[in-house]
Amino acid sequence: MSATSQRSRRYQVSPGRWLGRATVTTIVVFFILFFIIPIVWLLIATSKAPRQLLTTGAFEWGSFHSVSANWSALVHFQGGIIFHWLQNSAVYALSALVITLLTSIPAGYALALGHFHGRKVLLTTTLIVMLIPNTALVIPVFLELAAAHQIAHPLAVILPFSFFPFGVYLTYIYFSTSVPRDLLDAARLDGCGELSVFSRVALPLARPVVALVAFFSFVANWNNYFLPFLTEPGRREPIQVGLTELLSSVPAFNPTAAGVTTIELPTLALATVIAVTPVLIIFLFSQRFLVSGLTAGGTKA
Amino acid sequence: MSRKDPLAGKQMRMSYLFVFGYVLFLAAFGVAPTLYALYLSVHSTSGRFVWFRNFAHVRHDFRFMPAVIHVGSFLVIWLVALLILVTVLAIIVHALSQRWLSPTVRFIYYIPGAVAGASSVVLWLFVLNPTVSPVSGVLHAFGLKTFVQTISPAHLPVIFAIIAFWSGAGGWIVVMYGALNSIPTEIMEAARVDGAGAVRTAWNIQLPMMRKWISYMAVISLAAGTQLFVEPTVLSQASQGVVPIDYSLNQLAYQYAFKQTDNNGAAAIAVMLLVVCLVLSVFFVIRGGLFERD
Repeated sequence: MSATSQRSRRYQVSPGRWLGRATVTTIVVFFILFFIIPIVWLLIATSKAPRQLLTTGAFEWGSFHSVSANWSALVHFQGGIIFHWLQNSAVYALSALVITLLTSIPAGYALALGHFHGRKVLLTTTLIVMLIPNTALVIPVFLELAAAHQIAHPLAVILPFSFFPFGVYLTYIYFSTSVPRDLLDAARLDGCGELSVFSRVALPLARPVVALVAFFSFVANWNNYFLPFLTEPGRREPIQVGLTELLSSVPAFNPTAAGVTTIELPTLALATVIAVTPVLIIFLFSQRFLVSGLTAGGTKA
Repeated sequence: MSRKDPLAGKQMRMSYLFVFGYVLFLAAFGVAPTLYALYLSVHSTSGRFVWFRNFAHVRHDFRFMPAVIHVGSFLVIWLVALLILVTVLAIIVHALSQRWLSPTVRFIYYIPGAVAGASSVVLWLFVLNPTVSPVSGVLHAFGLKTFVQTISPAHLPVIFAIIAFWSGAGGWIVVMYGALNSIPTEIMEAARVDGAGAVRTAWNIQLPMMRKWISYMAVISLAAGTQLFVEPTVLSQASQGVVPIDYSLNQLAYQYAFKQTDNNGAAAIAVMLLVVCLVLSVFFVIRGGLFERD
C-alpha cells in the first residue's frame, strides 16, 4: 500500500473507528501509568524528608540534601548492616550463577547434541521440574538441609539456587537449533577430542545463551526471598530479607518499633531502590536477551 | 553414524561427564527433597509410619481451610485478570503501527519485572498507604482512609492479585507478543482483504493461534499462585497481624516447621502443594505441545 493512500485513509476516520482508536489509546496509557507510577514515585520519595512525604505533592522532587540524609540514616541502621545484606546477596547470587553455568551449559549441550542412554528421560524430567515453581521446593529443601544440619551456611542458599533447570532447557534449545551436528563431526574428523569439540567449537558459538542463562539465573537468585528467609538467619540475610527486617523498624507500619532505632518511610524507600537497582540496571541493558529468552521454546518451529 | 563406531562410545562417555554436574544437582535439590518430604509426610515425629495421619491432621487444622480459600480466591481473581488483560494488551501492543512505539510500550510494561520478591511488596505498601500513596485520590474514592482499612482481609485477594499482576504481566505480554509475531503475515493480510476488522481478526485468527501460549501462562501462573508466600508474609509484618501470619498454605507450612517444630506436618502441606504443581506440569509437558522433546 502506498504512503498516500494510507494517509488519505487516516483522514477519513469513521466515528466507530475513532472510538476504537480512543479506547485503545486509553488502555495503553492507563497501563503505562499503572506499571510506571509506583517506580517513579519511589525514586522521588527517596528525595524527601519524612514530613515532606506527607505534606508535599506525590511527584514533587524534594532535595538532594534529603537524599543524603536518608542515605546516612540507612547506613547507620544497625551499624551499616545494609552493606552486609548487599554483600550477602551478591555472594549468593554470583556464586550460584557460576555453578549454574558450569553445570547447565555442558548439560544442555549434551542433551542437544549427544547420544547417551537416558537422554530422553533426563530431558523430560528437566521440562517437568522447570515448570514447577521453585517456591514449591523451598520447604522440602529446607527440611532436607535441616536434617543434614546445613542451615545458616552460605551454601544452604548457593547450592539450591544453583539447580536451575530452566538454564539447561535454554541451552538445550540453543544448541539444538543453532549449532549443526555436522560442524561438530567435522571437528571430530580433524582429530579433535570430545572435550575440545565442546570447548573449542561449541562453547564459542554459545556465547549468547551463556549470557541469557546468566541473566535469568542472576535475577532469580537476587530476587529470591523464601529460601534465604528460612535458611539464612541474622547477619547472613540477603537484601530481600533484610528489607523486611527494616520494615519492622518503621514506626509508620509498626508503632511498637518506636524507641529502638527507627527507620522513616523515605529511608525505607531508598533501601527498596537500592535493593532493586542491580536487576533494574541489568534489565535496561539487556532488553534483547529478555525477549529471546522469554519466547524460547515454542518459537522453534 | 553407526552405533558401533568406536568414536560413538567415547562420545557417549563424554556426554555422561557433561550432564554429571547437573544430574547431581537435580538429584540433590530436586529429587531428594521431594522424596524426603514424602517420607516425612507419612511418618510421625518419632519416625513411625502413620499412613496419611499427618495429612488428616493438617486438613483438620482450623487454619487449613481458610488458607485454601484465601489462596483460591486470590488465584481466581489473578488468573482471570492475567489471562484477559495480558491477551488484550498483547494484541493491542502488537497492533500499534508506529515503529518505535510498540517496543517502548512493551519495555515499560516489562520494567516492574525487575522489582520482584520482597521489594515489590514493600513498594506496594507505600502505594496502598493512603497517607503517602501517589494514588491516594484513587484510594479515597474507594473510601479507604488508612493503611489498615486498605489491607482489610476482604481486600487481600485483590491486592495480592494487583501486586502479582504488576510485576509479572509485562513478561507475559512479551511472550504473547512473540507468539503473535509468529503468525504468518499472509494470514493477517488475507483477513484484512476479507474485510475483517481488528476485533474479528483478534477473535478468529490471533486468539486461536495464541491458545497454546495462553494455556502455558495459565498453567505456570496457577502453579506459582498456589505457592503464595512473600506477599502475605511481608504484609503481615507491616500490619502487625491485620494480615494473619497463616494467611496462605506455604505460610502455614512455615508455621508448622518453625513455630510448632512439626516438620512432618510441614512436609504434608508441602507435598500437597507439590503434587498440585507436579500434576499441572506433567500434564502440560505431555499435552501442551509447546516444548520440543524431539
